Amino acid sequence: MTVRTRILVLVSAVAVLAAVGLASVLHASARAERRDHTQAGGPRVTPGTVTLTGHGRMVFRNMAWGPHRDELTSVPAADPSAARTASGVKCLRFYAASGTGVCLQAVHGPVSDTYRALILDARLRERARYDVPGIPSRARVSPTGHYAAWTAFVGGDSYAGTNFSTRAAIADTRTGRLIPTLESFRIVKDGHPYRAADANFWGVTFAADDRTFYATLATGGSTYLVRGDLRTRTVTALHTNVECPSLSPDGTRVAYKKRVKGAPKDAPWRLYVLNLRTMRETPLAETRSVDDQAVWRDDRTVVYALPGDYGADLYEVPADGSGAVRRISAAAVSPAYVG
Amino acid sequence: MYVADSRATAPASAEGVVRPTAGRRRAAVAPTVLALGTVSLVTDVSSEMVTAVLPLYLVTGLGLSPLGFGLLDGVYNGFSALVRLVGGHLADRGGGRHKWVAGFGYAVSAVCKPLLLLAHSLTAIGLVLAADRTGKGLRTAPRDALISLASTPESRGRAFGVHRAMDTAGALLGPLAAFLILRATVDGYDAVFTVSFCVAVLGVLVLVLFVPGGGRSGGPGGGPDGGPHGRPHGEPDGRSGTGDSPAAPASPASPAERPTLRAAVRLLRRRDLRRVTVCALLLGLATVSDSFVYLLLQRRLGVPDRWFALLPLGTAGAFLLLAVPLGRLADRVGRWTVFLAGHGGLLLAYGLLLTSWHGTALPYAVLVLHGGFYAATDGVLMAVASDGVPESLRSSGLAVVQTGQALARFACSLLFGAAWTVWGDRAALSGAAVALALCAAFSLTLRPKETVTA
Repeated sequence: MTVRTRILVLVSAVAVLAAVGLASVLHASARAERRDHTQAGGPRVTPGTVTLTGHGRMVFRNMAWGPHRDELTSVPAADPSAARTASGVKCLRFYAASGTGVCLQAVHGPVSDTYRALILDARLRERARYDVPGIPSRARVSPTGHYAAWTAFVGGDSYAGTNFSTRAAIADTRTGRLIPTLESFRIVKDGHPYRAADANFWGVTFAADDRTFYATLATGGSTYLVRGDLRTRTVTALHTNVECPSLSPDGTRVAYKKRVKGAPKDAPWRLYVLNLRTMRETPLAETRSVDDQAVWRDDRTVVYALPGDYGADLYEVPADGSGAVRRISAAAVSPAYVG
Repeated sequence: MYVADSRATAPASAEGVVRPTAGRRRAAVAPTVLALGTVSLVTDVSSEMVTAVLPLYLVTGLGLSPLGFGLLDGVYNGFSALVRLVGGHLADRGGGRHKWVAGFGYAVSAVCKPLLLLAHSLTAIGLVLAADRTGKGLRTAPRDALISLASTPESRGRAFGVHRAMDTAGALLGPLAAFLILRATVDGYDAVFTVSFCVAVLGVLVLVLFVPGGGRSGGPGGGPDGGPHGRPHGEPDGRSGTGDSPAAPASPASPAERPTLRAAVRLLRRRDLRRVTVCALLLGLATVSDSFVYLLLQRRLGVPDRWFALLPLGTAGAFLLLAVPLGRLADRVGRWTVFLAGHGGLLLAYGLLLTSWHGTALPYAVLVLHGGFYAATDGVLMAVASDGVPESLRSSGLAVVQTGQALARFACSLLFGAAWTVWGDRAALSGAAVALALCAAFSLTLRPKETVTA
């Protein structure tokens, strides 16, 4: 082949490849329009006022297609399939308690997205904001509304890297002080101080005393339920194979996802409840793999998300292992029971 | 490429008569090296596009939890090393099939990109990534062999420097391209993977069209050593083993050694290659992996969380800027000197991480030293190793050195992680620093025969 032929081959190939690439980008950007159209048979969503003190309401991220996609919406907790009221505030993850909300948002930069955590007051006005160092995963507010916590995935950096780490941060919503990562806490495992480069924390849940919290610690290929102390800045490992704990309103039990033997690698979890006094584990009636930090609707019921047609749907199941699973809401994620 | 080549060589050959050193410095890089650099640049754009969005895709696109996925990496490291040796050996068989083995490696990685669109479970994605890295393992040694065969022994450091700089430029551009696509679309991961595939195909095409095949017969193709400069770049010139055959003055063995598996194993009986391999192994054992360096930067120097993702860019930027100057320097003052000086830079970086001084410039200094370490060692080591391997076994020889280094670094991350757990980060890093100093001192005594006149 002469140089001319070769350059000709190259130029025509570049033209074909560029056309294919461009077509795929155009196809993907046309999706934006489709998602702005309300889906047929989907939930009714109307703009309105959403507050974090409204009595008997469930506030969550609406995932139904249409102009209010990804906004915080509210429905009566007793009738979650009723029409949704949309707030205009967009969040990827959300939680609220005692009139304080935490909203993990994407900030669209010129090149890539960055993420931030907003602390919201009862009328969803921003009171503080923090940078989040990676993809937001979990969000929680303490029962008093005095503390907020979130977890982010921080990506690997090697070639085709698949190593991930997590950062769990806790903010004091009264003073604004931030603990950027729980990795700065002392770890006590088996009664001894423990140090590890591979320590990762995620899924913080708070007790009502403004001092105690629970979270997942992963190290050496295992996960642990840890009890943390905000005053002594210490975490103590209590139990193994616990991820994304969620403390019951009465503070006696933890709902969590547990890796079970024999489950497929990409769907390894089942929902369990651990009694913190007896350390007895109870499997719940949900048999599918749940990758969510559950929310207690009351002392008897837990609510969680599973993948659905429009992202995720919400389900509830009794917390004592009895009963059956019930779908309560389609195209919804990150619920919080307020008021 | 071609235009720049002929323009730069004309004065160089005239000057070369009078001032050989200056002439060598100004001479053009062989077109084959530029073509391979382009292939690497384009391929790295493609692969880094995928790497950059993969965490986002797994978590927000597929709703998978990426934790624990890293376990695969460890297992795969060992396999990857084996693949590299196989790639090196296959490339040497049949009188130099470097181009085709490398091309196969690039093609495998290219095919993996659209497969990512079909893989929706962790296992499937893990397999696709494993195939992708098999492609990378296969192509690395033959590609480096092509670079070394296409450049003269005196300019090899710079040739590798140019290649590594182009490679790194691609790695920096890839994430940018990927995020621009995500910005222009809604959940446009399919578009990112499709574009990444198109870019990867372009890389394979550039290799097929513009890199001369036939390994040894590729020749220097327009170096300062009297190669016909007017020849179209990348045109296979059909010469083999002519007087200016690159490795001839450097390799102590007859270049006619048959590339059998046994011959590849026998390579380690050569004193020079054995010493290079031993040094690469020892120094690799004291080279703390990148992710630990960034973690240490964050913990010990208090780099804020939001900058964490940008730390690798600092290393890559320094690598990109320093690869060519340090490659040139290696050609002039001796490659082994620069290789060891690079480890000196790494030692300095460890030292800075160990100090309790918290200046604002400190993280930058560490990143520059870290990037400088790669610039002074990555390509330069291949240039050193090339001197000790006959042409007919070039791929195998380079694969042996690379594999040794990769395995040693992997062992180092395991050891370092364990030491961190038991004694804490400061003690672990101090241990690594002492080990690095000892290995560097030992390597100083093992200096292989230099072929470069300083």
